Amino acid sequence: MKYLFMLLLGIATGVLMVVGFLLYSPMSPEGISPLSVSERPQFSLSYSAVVDDAIAYTNNGESPIATNPDKIAMLWEAPLQKTVVLVTALRDGRGSMAGIGIKFSSRSEETRLLQGEALVNSVWHVVLPDQGTLLVAQAENHWNYLREVVIPAYWSSADNWKGSWHGTLSSGPGALGTGDVHGGSGRFRDYDAEAIETLTARAYSTETGPVAVDGQLIIEQPVPASELSADVTLKLRTSSD
Amino acid sequence: MIKTFIGGIVLGIAGAVAALHFLPAVNIARENSLISVMPNGGNAESFHVNIPADRILLGASGQKNAYPQGMQWPEDALLDGTRSEVFKLRNSQDAVIGVASRVTVQNAKLGNVIEWVLHFPARGSMYVTLAPNVVDNRRTGNMRAGTREFGDLVGTLSERWVAAEKSSDELHAGRIELLASYEATAKASATGEINGGGSE
Repeated sequence: MKYLFMLLLGIATGVLMVVGFLLYSPMSPEGISPLSVSERPQFSLSYSAVVDDAIAYTNNGESPIATNPDKIAMLWEAPLQKTVVLVTALRDGRGSMAGIGIKFSSRSEETRLLQGEALVNSVWHVVLPDQGTLLVAQAENHWNYLREVVIPAYWSSADNWKGSWHGTLSSGPGALGTGDVHGGSGRFRDYDAEAIETLTARAYSTETGPVAVDGQLIIEQPVPASELSADVTLKLRTSSD
Repeated sequence: MIKTFIGGIVLGIAGAVAALHFLPAVNIARENSLISVMPNGGNAESFHVNIPADRILLGASGQKNAYPQGMQWPEDALLDGTRSEVFKLRNSQDAVIGVASRVTVQNAKLGNVIEWVLHFPARGSMYVTLAPNVVDNRRTGNMRAGTREFGDLVGTLSERWVAAEKSSDELHAGRIELLASYEATAKASATGEINGGGSE
């Protein structure tokens, strides 16, 4: 009996060691923005990732994060149960309304927690009425966000997390971890580029989800190749910051 | 006794690593893909949206009947002429297999824009821009881009509104039919990357 107890204790210890390694090892290190090596100028679109600030948000109804508004259709059908839909206002670098973003996100079967990958496949349908429309398609890795924001919130006796966290969600399909941009109309027509999505979190609650979390899409500008120069890039980057 | 404990630790580590490696963390439910082969090459697939049952959201400036009830659509002059809809998407056997957004913009800067994004969680997404003119009761456009299964496909998508018959359920106004036809790009055909079937 003693041996069985020690064996079970050892197994539990081993499992806890793996969990501890996953949560505290420096896998998926945060580096510089993959778009920082791009020669193209960029523009940013920001949004609030707080559900109550969204125009609409829906999920399968089983998540602790409530839908908004209450009466929106839920994605309870089996093929949609790991999908969420976010419809939000997008704001430009000055905080002015720039357009509407519709985001479809589905948990990815490529997820490999052992490799620090909690993957989500997402597409943004971006509508900027005075500029054009575009699609941002990307694989997102939420592991660092889960590890450093969501899980600590569940471990907290107050069931929330407060702090300062900033990270890049995008992890592909671009070789440097960038998402793909495909323009549809206006100045983005037939335009292909790269983008990344970042999150900045200050508060998270296990009961309501994100409390103070802002998202940002950073997208390469469509400009003629002749205008690409280090000076222009630097100037536009500085102004967008 | 200590050897048993250490053995347990090794067993626990090995078991946890094996479980994380071999057991899928995410498993998305699938419906069979209902794709037909077209006589002139390529594949065709039809989807539809039952209106109003499959509508998730309808937002437009000045829209008195914004949907769902309680949604606060931003009243900003910038959005005048912009209409956004989000739907659940069904296959030809009436099973929900994805979600879709339909956006129209009509203003001086962009002209007349009609676009769809179809998102199938287990397969990928496609982005389609439609021509505004209606021919034979259909609007048709090109697949602008796709992801995953649709990443190496080119083709067209057409939309058609089919009103419900008068005898049918009063709550069923009709449906939007989407007919996609696509074929592999030359690059994908050469490398044999495309599988015409698969599952949703």
